[in-house]
Formats: sequence, C-alpha cells, structure tokens
Amino acid sequence: MVSVLIHLVLTFGLLSLLAVGGGTAVLAEMQEVLHQQFQIPPDRFLEVYSVGQLAPGPNMTMVVIFGFQLAGMVGALLVGLAFFLPSSVLCFWIGRFWNYIGETPWRRAVQNALEPISIGLMCSGVYAVGKSALDGPLTIALAMTAFTGVLFTRVNPVYVILGLGSLGAAIKYWQPGLL
Amino acid sequence: MNELAEPAPPPSLWEIFLEFLLIGAISFGGGIVAYQKILLTEKRRWLNDDEFMACLAISQTMPGLNAVNIAVLTGDRLRGVLGAILAALGLLIPGVTFVLVMGILYLQNTDHHLANLLLAGVAAAATGLLSAITYRLGHRQFNHFKSLLIVLASFYLMSIMSLSLPMVLLIMVPISLLLFRPKA
Repeated sequence: MVSVLIHLVLTFGLLSLLAVGGGTAVLAEMQEVLHQQFQIPPDRFLEVYSVGQLAPGPNMTMVVIFGFQLAGMVGALLVGLAFFLPSSVLCFWIGRFWNYIGETPWRRAVQNALEPISIGLMCSGVYAVGKSALDGPLTIALAMTAFTGVLFTRVNPVYVILGLGSLGAAIKYWQPGLL
Repeated sequence: MNELAEPAPPPSLWEIFLEFLLIGAISFGGGIVAYQKILLTEKRRWLNDDEFMACLAISQTMPGLNAVNIAVLTGDRLRGVLGAILAALGLLIPGVTFVLVMGILYLQNTDHHLANLLLAGVAAAATGLLSAITYRLGHRQFNHFKSLLIVLASFYLMSIMSLSLPMVLLIMVPISLLLFRPKA
C-alpha cells in the first residue's frame, strides 16, 4: 500500500512539473502511465476524464479520482497534492524571482519556444482521448458537432458537452442499433 | 500604472479564499482565467491590467495549470505565502469535492449502464471541445513554418513514436529554444 502511494506521488509529481502549457499537455502521458504502471485501462481513464469535464473549476481536478480508486481518500489527497503542489511551488518562486529581475527577452523567448511544444502535446492529448472516445459514426458526429459549436458560437462549453453527452446517451439507450 | 484612485488596502486572507472559492465553484466549461481577470482587475481591483498580464505571462511560461498558477502568483502578491496557498485551495476545492463525490458514486454503483452511456457521449463531445480549444490556441502556430514544425515534431514523438513525455521534452525544448532564442 505504501509503495503504491509513493509510486502515485512520484508519478503525479513528475506530471505536474512536465505540464508545460497546462493540463492537456500531459493527458496522453497520464493515460499511458496509468495504463502501463497502474493497470487503469484507457476506457476507464476516459470515464474519469469525462467526469472532470463536468466539474466546476479546472477540469484536471479529476486526477484525484485515480488516487481514490487506487488508494482511497489518502490516495486522493496525495495525488491532488502531488499534481498541484510542485508546479505551484515552482511558479511561486519564479514569480518572486521575476519581481527582482523584471522582464527580459529570454522570458518571451522561453514562452515562444514552449508554446508550439504544448500545442503539439495538446494534439497528442486530443489524439489519446479521441482514440478511445470515437468508436463509431455517432461519437464522431457528436465530436464534430461539439467542435463546431464551441468554435463558432458563444455557448458555454459545459452546455455543449452536457447536451451532446445526453443526446448521445439517449440515442444509444433507445436506439442501440441505430449507429 | 496611472491609477488615480488610492490603492485599495490589501484584502484579508479570508476574502482571498472566498473570492477564489467562488470562481472555483461557478467557472464551468473552462475559461477560468477570464473569470480571474474580472475578479482581480474589475470586481475587486486588487491588481491593475499590467500586473495581471505580467502574472498571466509567468503562468503561461511555467508548468502547471494557468488558472492555478495565476491564483498562486496573485495570492502571493496580495498576502504572501498564505495568500498564495488560500487562493489556490479556494480555486481547487469545489472541483475536487465534485469529482470525488461523483467518482465515489460512480465507483460504488455497479449498475450504471445509463451513466456509462452519458460518460461515453460526454467523452465524444469533450474530444470535439478539446480539438476546438487546441485549434483556437494553436491556429497562429499553424501559419508559421518554424512553429508548425515544432508542433508536428512534438506530436509525432509523443503519439506516433510513443516516446515518454520527459523524453519528448528533453528533445524538443532545446531545439525550440534554439529556434526561438532572442535575437542578439
């Protein structure tokens, strides 16, 4: 049990520090590591990720569910701390450090250099989630509708997700053979 | 910088916690940074626009979630270490509570055919949402050869070559820094 906890803390602590450009950048890696090292299959990962989509605040709070599933409330607490504390402490100190040295060309250069990497990793996140989420015409149609809806209207994304999610569930429930 | 009004007295730790808790509880569907900007620069005027943009720039450069980093930086600016801790906790507590309750219900309930169907639909829609967010953040990158190259290479190494994330960063960060280094 203790070894699982240590393993969890190290895993999510590392993911915290590798999350350049935000949580989506580590989605692919998280899915892979949870599958390989903690035997959490990709479809379970996807369910937990979906719960996170419905949560208020940052969607990545869903990581605590993995901690809970593997090691109960202690696991949830430790995974939460491991995922949010390291990057926060780093940002805290860099923030203080920045007040002393002010804006330099290098800060902008670092941001410019990391941006395309994090976009590439976000594409990997989309790919990882999409590979298990899109399993037929119905789910592909839902994803495309969500993409268009979010990109071209000003509807709050949570309504798009809840609405399309319910629609998908309703179709699958009443017309399982339709699509 | 040219604020005519007297600078407001620094808020209490309790106020900081409550305001971030409120954002954590009502910011459904992402876009949390926008809520934070409204809180910090308009609703409470704890920061001016320049200060907020400086915090945002650091948040985007550092690893971690932008919204959490902004909470940490602005909490520190307002009330030091405790302000940073309480701002981040306030932002995260509603979401963590929500996912724990949902997660426990979900894991304990054995017969959840409908919930599974709903989550499958949500996952599909979320894939579309995530693509839209990625496109919105990235479309400027797609127009520049240098950036597009880095985007594609990072994706290729991560998803097609299936390298681990530390390895991808170890390869891509130096290359990208070299390409984007400040011009002397």
